Amino acid sequence: MRAGRDAAGFPEFLPVTNAPTLEVRNLRTHFFTRAGVVKAVDDVSFSVERGKVLGLVGESGSGKTVTGFSILGLVDPPGRVTGGQILFQGRDLAKISEEEMRDLRGNRIAMIFQDPMMTLNPVLRIDTQMIETVLAHKKVSREEARQRARDTLGMVGIPSPDERLKSYPHQFSGGMRQRVAIAIALLHEPELIVADEPTTALDVTIQGQILAEVQKLAQTTGTSLIWITHDLSVVAGLADDVAVMYAGRIVEKGAVSDVLDHPLHPYTAGLIGSVPSRNKRGEPLRQIPGMTPSLLNLPPGCAFRSRCPRAAEACMAEPEIREILPGREARCFLPLTAAAEQAA
Amino acid sequence: MTVYLVRRLIQALFVVLAMSVIVFVGVFAIGDPVEILISPDADQLERERAVAALGLDLPLWHQYLVFLGNALQGDLGRSFVFNEPALKLILQRMPATLELAFGAMFISILVGLPLGLYAGLRPNSPASKTIMAGSILGFSLPTFWVGLMLIMVFAVQLGWLPSTGRGETCSVLGFLGVQPCGAGLQWSFLTVDGLAHMAMPALNLALFKISLVIRLTRAGVRETMLMDYVKFARAKGLSPARVTFVHVFKNILIPVVTVVGLELGSTIAFSVVTESVFAWPGMGKLIIDSINVLDRPVIVAYLMIIVLMFITINLIVDLTYSMLDPRVRLETKGA
Repeated sequence: MRAGRDAAGFPEFLPVTNAPTLEVRNLRTHFFTRAGVVKAVDDVSFSVERGKVLGLVGESGSGKTVTGFSILGLVDPPGRVTGGQILFQGRDLAKISEEEMRDLRGNRIAMIFQDPMMTLNPVLRIDTQMIETVLAHKKVSREEARQRARDTLGMVGIPSPDERLKSYPHQFSGGMRQRVAIAIALLHEPELIVADEPTTALDVTIQGQILAEVQKLAQTTGTSLIWITHDLSVVAGLADDVAVMYAGRIVEKGAVSDVLDHPLHPYTAGLIGSVPSRNKRGEPLRQIPGMTPSLLNLPPGCAFRSRCPRAAEACMAEPEIREILPGREARCFLPLTAAAEQAA
Repeated sequence: MTVYLVRRLIQALFVVLAMSVIVFVGVFAIGDPVEILISPDADQLERERAVAALGLDLPLWHQYLVFLGNALQGDLGRSFVFNEPALKLILQRMPATLELAFGAMFISILVGLPLGLYAGLRPNSPASKTIMAGSILGFSLPTFWVGLMLIMVFAVQLGWLPSTGRGETCSVLGFLGVQPCGAGLQWSFLTVDGLAHMAMPALNLALFKISLVIRLTRAGVRETMLMDYVKFARAKGLSPARVTFVHVFKNILIPVVTVVGLELGSTIAFSVVTESVFAWPGMGKLIIDSINVLDRPVIVAYLMIIVLMFITINLIVDLTYSMLDPRVRLETKGA
């Protein structure tokens, strides 16, 4: 695909206001294992506008991380993207070559990983790991690259960046390492950052600092963010829109305030109900019964059926994602519309 | 750093001391050299004189103290058989063994690392499976048999390489033209003829180590490739070459250096089989001959030198380690 096939009709690489930075359409990423085909991501669509934050929420194994890796073309065999489009500024990332993809990776699209203790190479100094990233995409001298690295470290709140550049990862705390990882993601001022649970492994106080930092950066630089998390409180404070994933599919999406206040899908409602602070003192904590189904042999019909309090005969068929209220989509035959309608 | 080194040296001293006791007692236990050394026709008087001359009439602890006292002055005893200082005998043969061991190590790294890297990066390709199957052969074929086969094929059938001896040797200074070739420690690797003689024994000795390095490298690569930091390196848009040769390679070097270092020690100490097959006049042959005639001073001196060598190699490995792995460096600062 080249210019022209873009559905919105915009020529590629032309920054147009209001055009989404990223639009994912019907993405499918499947893993071809010996035991069978695992549909880790199945028919996922969403879009992120310039400077906006999309929260991608779900339990472990719901396909959030694989979605992130699919966008960056980092899905390893036996997995691969088997269908759909990943339109980044109008260009379909699912179709470009590995070399073109590498040009974008870490340059126009960056990723931050979950565990800061594991993302930095333990045997290379911070400056090596930052400078190589600069040099991979820009033809500048080492000295300029080092300056860029130092400035970016300072930007994410690392004190005395000149000295810290000469350190090794093990000399940093977890929070500091994640700041370094964020700094690496920011080196080329990307249009899009995919953040895969970047604060999950950190202390709550550090988590708060990093969230505030990232929010500020997204607003000032116009970077779009996909924030993958299982923590609804993080999404509530940070995201503009939210997409809830379950068993490789998006079950609900919409503006963050709408979805969190009046969820349409019973799964979303269950997730919100499971947040401990929402429970009453003295009562047993609320939970969603059962486990996420194995993606290997998903039974026909709604994947959430077996755990759903509202499940009925209709749920034996497979629900499609549809607009239930204006601007609100859910994949459910029996959505919780009453309260949401009242509010609307 | 200095504190660390001093501490290590003191540790080493105790190890040497402990080893000397074990070696001395052990060698004493394996038999009485008098029976072998003195002709059966000798009468009682001659016999006693010989025993007294060798110092074998003293009680064991006394013998040990005499040995220790002499050892501190650099005298590890005289060979009963050659009537020469044991140390000198061993040092004369050391270059032959050292160059063979280093040659083997060099081959194993040169061949093993790239093959292991390839097998680790493409674990499912037919070439990788061939490499891994080959490494099993390298592990399991007995050294002496491979040695004989090498001689059969390359020396007897094809006549490409000489089968025994060190060939023409030269000293380092002679090679550089400072003095005549024949003066000083003799090395085969400095002459073409010597290299030709070295090729087969070194390859024979390297076979096991090549397999070892292949397997270590492959395991390391496969483990490291799954690490988040490798994926993160790719997410930064680095070229595959940079990811492999900087991010992965530096991490797998740590276990490889450790094992190769330890292997080097045991190769120097125990290359007996290969030296025998190729009639390579190294230390391995000397120690076997000495054990056969119960030449105690040579055995003890040999083992002491080997202990010292292992300690030195371990120290070098640890220092290399701290160069490769920054996390180890903190330890040295601690004191």
